[in-house]
Amino acid sequence: MDKMPKWADIALIPFINLVLALVVSGLVVLYIGESPWEAMSVMVRGSIGSAYGWGYTLYYATNFIFTGLAVAVAFHARMFNIGGEGQAAIGGLGVAIVCLSVPWPHWTIALLAATAGAAAFGAAWAAIPAYLQAKRGSHIVITTIMFNFIASALLVYLLVNVFRVPGSMAPETARFADPTHLPNAYDMAPWLGFSRSTPLNVSFLVALAACVGVWLLIWRTRLGYEIRAYGHSQTAAVYAGINPLRIIMISMLISGGLSGLLAINSVMGEAERLVIDPVQGAGFVGIAVALMGRSHPVGVFLAALLFGMLYQGGAELEFEMPSVSREMLLVIQALVIMFTGALDNMVRMPVERIFLRLRKGG
Amino acid sequence: MTDTEPYAIELKGISKAFGPVQANKDISLHVRKGAIHGIVGENGAGKSTLMSILYGFYKADAGEIIINGQPTLIPDSQAAIRAGIGMVHQHFKLVENFTVVENVILGAEDGAMLQPSITKARRVLKELSDEYELHVDPDSVVEEISVGHQQRVEILKQLYRHADILILDEPTGVLTPAEADHLFRILNGLRDQGKTIILITHKLREIMEITDTVSVMRRGEMTATVQTADTSPEQLAELMVGRKVLLRVDKAPANPGEVVLDVTDLQVRDDQKVERLKGISLQIRAGEILGIAGVAGNGQSELLEVLGGMIPAAGGTISINGERIDLTGTASDGQSRRARGIAHVPEDRQKEGLIMPFMAWENMGFGYHHDPEYQKNRLFMDNAALKQDTADKMERFDVRPPNPMLEAKNFSGGNQQKIVVAREIERNPDLLLIGQPTRGVDIGAIEFIHKQIIALRDQGKAILLVSVELEEILSLSDRIAVMFDGKIMGERLPADTNEGELGLLMAGVTKGAA
Repeated sequence: MDKMPKWADIALIPFINLVLALVVSGLVVLYIGESPWEAMSVMVRGSIGSAYGWGYTLYYATNFIFTGLAVAVAFHARMFNIGGEGQAAIGGLGVAIVCLSVPWPHWTIALLAATAGAAAFGAAWAAIPAYLQAKRGSHIVITTIMFNFIASALLVYLLVNVFRVPGSMAPETARFADPTHLPNAYDMAPWLGFSRSTPLNVSFLVALAACVGVWLLIWRTRLGYEIRAYGHSQTAAVYAGINPLRIIMISMLISGGLSGLLAINSVMGEAERLVIDPVQGAGFVGIAVALMGRSHPVGVFLAALLFGMLYQGGAELEFEMPSVSREMLLVIQALVIMFTGALDNMVRMPVERIFLRLRKGG
Repeated sequence: MTDTEPYAIELKGISKAFGPVQANKDISLHVRKGAIHGIVGENGAGKSTLMSILYGFYKADAGEIIINGQPTLIPDSQAAIRAGIGMVHQHFKLVENFTVVENVILGAEDGAMLQPSITKARRVLKELSDEYELHVDPDSVVEEISVGHQQRVEILKQLYRHADILILDEPTGVLTPAEADHLFRILNGLRDQGKTIILITHKLREIMEITDTVSVMRRGEMTATVQTADTSPEQLAELMVGRKVLLRVDKAPANPGEVVLDVTDLQVRDDQKVERLKGISLQIRAGEILGIAGVAGNGQSELLEVLGGMIPAAGGTISINGERIDLTGTASDGQSRRARGIAHVPEDRQKEGLIMPFMAWENMGFGYHHDPEYQKNRLFMDNAALKQDTADKMERFDVRPPNPMLEAKNFSGGNQQKIVVAREIERNPDLLLIGQPTRGVDIGAIEFIHKQIIALRDQGKAILLVSVELEEILSLSDRIAVMFDGKIMGERLPADTNEGELGLLMAGVTKGAA
């Protein structure tokens, strides 16, 4: 027998985790002398109370969907890819090279090419740790996190020495040409009330497509079957003739590719140039998103939405409540990540016990 | 013994439920002081739960434990040790790179400094060893001594903690017949010194040989407690299963045909470059079962794994139906073997044969997931076809419950094994590799699986059977090869040999050398 019903695992536990995180955050807000209710309502209003808020919330969510899916796919092969940050940054490099090197006639073609470039660069960045894991047994957690630093240093070097516009002080590439600019929510659906400058762009649809694609891959294809089998039991996978090397490499390439796709949203869709930190922590948030979303695309989507709200609502909170500093927001976001990701078992075990007792009573 | 002397162990109305499963139902048990008491029952009958309650791993929902006439609460294993109860687990709890004496004092040290404890333990161990024929060198490192010796260290550990009541859980599973005999001599000696022993086993022969009284458990209930002298294996089996059971396997003489599997000088090295197979040569013909006997860990697992394509060979050849199998490089894997008509029921169904969180239908395609009949098109698998196929096979192999959507971990051991056996046998292979076909499987399912193996043989298939159960080897095999230390010590016909002779071969003793 399972210890508890599926709905409890999928919905109840993340919900309790979230409530706990909010309660502790509320205490923190209380401590600095502000009202938790007020703070909460500012965050909700700021994130989903207006088209303006939605534009940012969904923009952030798009980033988190890509990195969340990336972590989720690797999880299915029992691989802990915490290199999303670096893979996405290098994906940004791919987008920049694609956008700057060819005079694209129309954004649709540019988007296709940039998608391919972002995925290829992200995958290539994941390929090295994957190979080291598969062939040499170097632990993927260690190597991917070190590759985040290498990616960041590489980007600084390239932006300062190679891509910087001559005469400019800013370590960033030239602005991409107009035809590569992706249509944003205002361009696509002006009647929804988004402002002209909303960051939400067509990449959101790519993210949704990626959710469907990952679902099909994991639960409908032979490769997904092999990835899940390998993730659950490596000895059994060897028994069935599944090549571990192949699974490690392919799942990490897909994972890196998905991380890389973040760049079409933030680099091509929003900044329209490659800046020094195009990822802004989304790679790490992706870990929490995947954990909270139980590595399922639907869960990842919902968790990404939640973290999008948290980011946008947090920005509003900082604006409206001067006593809530930037660092304070980081604390709140960290609490949510901690409760939903790292402290999952703290809630899970008591809930399991309650369900066992209920079942025995009934 | 007088009537007034209290029982060593008295259990009254012990009940324990795990969720909806009633593991122990109102169990009462009396064990006399200085007796060897056997507890038999199928897997899941509740033996382990009962002993875990007695040893403080679980808390009973209801009931009373009385030790030497004193009602005793046993909330944890520390309390059990204080009450004089010691447990020797099936899987030893020893620190492999510690010496014997270090293992013995672990958790029973006298103070912060080790040396006084070690000196004392060394003296006590010597006394105990002499007293009970437990010949163990206190200073040898545990990983360097034999499994039989390791078990004696476990017993010493309990005696050092002044255990008067010893619980042994399936103690002979890893021993050669000779080692098992030695263990029984030790247990007899302990009994003569007034120790009380509870022996949990599923081997009826051992119950008959050594116990004074025996209790039978079935479905969480204690169905009978009898004097061993007054009962028979047949009667015990019937009490365990609840119906008459065929203890012997019915089979016609083999009718061997062409050579299907031909292995010459096969060698395997493990990751540490240690030789695990030192030049194995054997042949199996169509329509015959070759049984491989041996104590666990003498290369049988590696033989199955290399034949099944799970590990690489370091040398030698394997041929199927006269054609050499390519043993080099990445082409040698489980897929390549299945393509050549080799099916493999692995020794460990939970770690190898099944993916426990996968549903039954996902497991039914495991290893055959490239098969065209399970593909919708180049991209997607045909899950509906696989589910239908699973439902059919579950019905033919009487898997209960016959629900393809149930996860593998939710089936009983016997039904899990039936899923694996169904998957492999229904492929109609030329050669079936089958390891420990009935380990942890209830008697009813054992009967069924044995019949399926015989039926496959009678269809003219070659079968390689590896089992640590000598009885199983003797009753199923048409020929028996005994493995020891990565080599085949000899081949015998079941009719011309007995457990004694096989036991000597299993210990590496050949007639010629003796």
